[in-house]
Amino acid sequence: MKYKLLGTLVATAAIACVSIASAGTLDDVKKRGHLKCAINTGLPGFAYTDDKGNWTGFDVAYCRALAAAVLGDPNKVKYKNTTGKTRFPTLASGEVDVLSRNTTWTLSRDVDLGFTFLGVSYYDGQGFIGRKSLGVKSAKDLDGASVCIQTGTTTELNLADFFRSNNIKYEPVPIETNSEARAGYLAERCDVYTTDASGLAATKSTFKDASKHMVFPEIISKEPLGPLVRQGDDQWADIGRWVLNSLIIAEELNITKANVSAKANGTKNPEVNRLLGTEGSIGKMLGLDPKWAVRAISAHGNYSEIFEKFIGKNTPLGLARGQNALYNKGGILYAPPVR
Amino acid sequence: MARNGEQTQNTGFKLVNLWTDERYRGLIFQFALVLALFIFIAFIVSNTIQNLKTAGLASGYSFIFDTASFDINQRLIEYSSTSTYGRAIIVGGLNTIVVAVLGIFASTIIGFFAGILRLSNNFLISRLVTVYVEFIRNVPVLLQIIFWWVILLALPKVRQSLSIGDSIFLNNRGVRLPSPIFEDGSLFVLAAFVLGIVLSLFIRRWSLKRQEVTGQTLPIGIISIALIAVLPVLVYIIAGQPIEFQAPLRGKFNLRGGLNITPEFVALWLALSTYTAAFISEIVRSGILSVSSGQKEAARALGLKQNITMRKIVLPQALRVIIPPLTSQYLNLTKNSSLAVAIGYQDIVSIGDTVLNQSGQALEMISIFMAFYLTLSLAMSAFMNWYNEKIKLVER
Amino acid sequence: MNTTDINYSKTGKSRPPPANTVGLIGWVRTNLFNGLLNTCLTFISCYLLWLIIPPLLDWAIFNADFTGNVGRECTTDGACWAWLDQRIEQFLYGFYPAGSYWRVNLAILLLFPALAYVLFENLPFSNYGRWYSLAYPFLAAFLLVGGFGLEGITTDKFGGFMLNLVAGLSGIIFSLPIGILLALGRRSKLPAVRLLSVTFIEFIRGVPLITLLFVAIIILQLFLPPNVSVDQLVRVMIMITLFASAYMAEVIRGGLQAIPNGQYEAAQAMGLGYWQSMRLIILPQALKISIPGIVNTFIGLFKDTTLVIIIGLFDILGQARVLQTNPDWMGKVDHETYLLAAIFFFVICFSISRYSINLEKRLDTNRD
Repeated sequence: MKYKLLGTLVATAAIACVSIASAGTLDDVKKRGHLKCAINTGLPGFAYTDDKGNWTGFDVAYCRALAAAVLGDPNKVKYKNTTGKTRFPTLASGEVDVLSRNTTWTLSRDVDLGFTFLGVSYYDGQGFIGRKSLGVKSAKDLDGASVCIQTGTTTELNLADFFRSNNIKYEPVPIETNSEARAGYLAERCDVYTTDASGLAATKSTFKDASKHMVFPEIISKEPLGPLVRQGDDQWADIGRWVLNSLIIAEELNITKANVSAKANGTKNPEVNRLLGTEGSIGKMLGLDPKWAVRAISAHGNYSEIFEKFIGKNTPLGLARGQNALYNKGGILYAPPVR
Repeated sequence: MARNGEQTQNTGFKLVNLWTDERYRGLIFQFALVLALFIFIAFIVSNTIQNLKTAGLASGYSFIFDTASFDINQRLIEYSSTSTYGRAIIVGGLNTIVVAVLGIFASTIIGFFAGILRLSNNFLISRLVTVYVEFIRNVPVLLQIIFWWVILLALPKVRQSLSIGDSIFLNNRGVRLPSPIFEDGSLFVLAAFVLGIVLSLFIRRWSLKRQEVTGQTLPIGIISIALIAVLPVLVYIIAGQPIEFQAPLRGKFNLRGGLNITPEFVALWLALSTYTAAFISEIVRSGILSVSSGQKEAARALGLKQNITMRKIVLPQALRVIIPPLTSQYLNLTKNSSLAVAIGYQDIVSIGDTVLNQSGQALEMISIFMAFYLTLSLAMSAFMNWYNEKIKLVER
Repeated sequence: MNTTDINYSKTGKSRPPPANTVGLIGWVRTNLFNGLLNTCLTFISCYLLWLIIPPLLDWAIFNADFTGNVGRECTTDGACWAWLDQRIEQFLYGFYPAGSYWRVNLAILLLFPALAYVLFENLPFSNYGRWYSLAYPFLAAFLLVGGFGLEGITTDKFGGFMLNLVAGLSGIIFSLPIGILLALGRRSKLPAVRLLSVTFIEFIRGVPLITLLFVAIIILQLFLPPNVSVDQLVRVMIMITLFASAYMAEVIRGGLQAIPNGQYEAAQAMGLGYWQSMRLIILPQALKISIPGIVNTFIGLFKDTTLVIIIGLFDILGQARVLQTNPDWMGKVDHETYLLAAIFFFVICFSISRYSINLEKRLDTNRD
């Protein structure tokens, strides 16, 4: 009885501490002086280290742009590397401010796990790669095949759904990392390898005889990848969302890393002026200063520049823009207007 | 002030006694300890509840009834992607148990051989075994698991499978064996098998008794093998061959049908067995060395051959020293099997990770992991303690 | 009858032993070819060695590529070691700032005297030495993390082999006192203390380390009050310490059991209390016997630190995986990076275990 009483006392004390809880993520970040951003432990093109051991890549570029917008310096980011299973608990527990780790936007993650997705930074989809010598033209002909899968993601579920709905059998070969899965595929441990199309392209680019392999035409899932934050802090979610949007809009308006500072002095285009803070007060609406977007774009340039630098045609990954081109250039990338 | 003990108690209890009297001090200390523990637990529980509430996460184990919707390639019980998470976890648990039990079996055999060979008088052999033991012991087992998997990938590809009589196939997708199809009457064969084991146990007991009385021995090994192997075969023939074997067939991509033993399983099994065997060989070696050489000399003086000396004189005595550390090696092997996730053998941790990732129930899933391994460990220690009691030498 | 024998003894000259029992041939005969079984074993071993070693050397050294800036420049069939040049520092120090590597090196260098004062008795300045050993963990922490004038470096920069060392060493150092308490607790006369110790030890020993690491990364944050955040590396270190302390407790319990009862009784007879007799009589002896066990626990723990890769820290294996996902090197360095990690562990663990055997022998003569 006595213990229980004491326990309750301590518990109340603990809860009392809670009620002095934080004001908001934006204030926390400003007070702390750096942004805490969760990224992958390593994914070609999206998050990897350079020779000096600095993190870089497509996902990392978003963290840097966000830090630049909020804190004025793209280098004020602390990265936290998360695996497929640690990413959600890490974000949920408040250890990071934002998760930028090629995470698929799904209903259950949005609703059940208590997160808010900020938009789509990369439209991906799950595909298959296989040897041309198999004589298979479509993934639907894969009855009885062995399929290498990277585990811990939605990939496993999509695959099971695909084979179930087409009523064909397969042997799953689940492998944890891309490098092992790749080794397994090359050694013909499995007939085909399935993962996101971006990953397939990256993997294929490293094959000695890439021409003997083909990516099947089927894309069996929608994988809109994007950054996400905890639910419940709308101001922070708005900032994150519009930093992402600003990079896309910048491409639309031809604002680049090179010309952004010149355009920030004012242009004839009112939309550019609104975005870059010479007209209107959108910075204030977000709780930031007027030049937030200028800094975000200065970090790595606009969406297209980021894309080309880390995953585009001239990188080892060699990805085409495809769906990720702007809506007016044949893709589906579409940011709401700044107004 | 000379009083005896009783009077002290009668005259009453002084506050000073609380820390001068050892008994009271002990009580108070324990009381404080338990109290502190309770407070600590209450603190954690209240925090957890609060944190789960703010994060908006549901807690509880009801998620195990949700549909898993992923596939598992090695399943000992019926499972498909429409089964529940709970069933997926059970499949994973069974996979862990299989690799642990087979690993314990193999590591014991390799370990005993290596331990004995290390004391061999063949220079090359004893050095080679030493190199094996030292190399294996000093490299992380995670790397060894990956190493074996890479080695197995170098086996022939599926279209160049090695086969024995077109019924057993070996390639880098595993070993494929004919699968048995049980028809009516196969129960008799099973019964004959069990009967064979029971009978041979009885005969063994009887022959031991007979040996004590008359000194004569029976060839128990041969009799047991005959009973266990021949009896079911006889019944199988008499009952009209109720079990059929279906050989795997070459399909478009893979071999179809039959039982497949995956390279992931074999790699994990080899890595765990060889790793643990290196430690076991050390235990066996020191166990053998702990038997005084007088025993060996006495056995030789009695005219016993070298292998009989080892089997009947040295090992039984060495086992006393060997069994307790052996138990902890078995436990280590079981726990190390959780590294299966690195090469994609779907054990409980690998499947649980997927479940955790899909359902978001981290706390619950990790508690399931812990409960599973704890149960396994405790059961194993209990068994080994029982065995240790049983083989203890009766000292006179 | 035995005239020859007598002859020899008279002349004092003995016949030389048969040529095939001495020298190289004799050695080969007695050690490799005595008996059919041994001969077979010898041939099989030779065949195995021939099968494994030449191709391995070809791959790793003779056919290997050592130069180049990106993976594409490795063109031979052998290993690709070109990355070593630019990446070796990350494998050793992780993301630690290059200008501060000396701090890590110094911390490792300072470890040796600290260890020496714990292990050996008759060293100069041994009184101060003990204090130095006690202060070493704080000194090392200061050097690595900084503060008080040194530039601060956060623990997320720790990585590579250094992370394995930090996690393994801190695990062992902090688990020693906890392990001693648990071992004493397990042998205590107080039932509540005994029960708690046994429960803790058996629980920790019954679950795999990776589940404890999951707890550190995924769950520990839930147990703490909101807005209280513990550094990730610290959380991992806490779990590794708890894990090691259960094993340590069992090693030390073995040492305690090996102390003859007479010692306990003698201590009691001298009128020493429980803690006094433990501190002055029992523990010094028990710990000394336990040193080999403690070293073995350390080797085991050190190897287990590679598991931090599963929770997203970048120890030496983590660095290997990072390089494997780098677009420039992808698909070229899968085996090489793992091999490098294996060599590192082997060299360190093997030398420690050799040294421990040495120590064991020395301690053996000291005792008695």
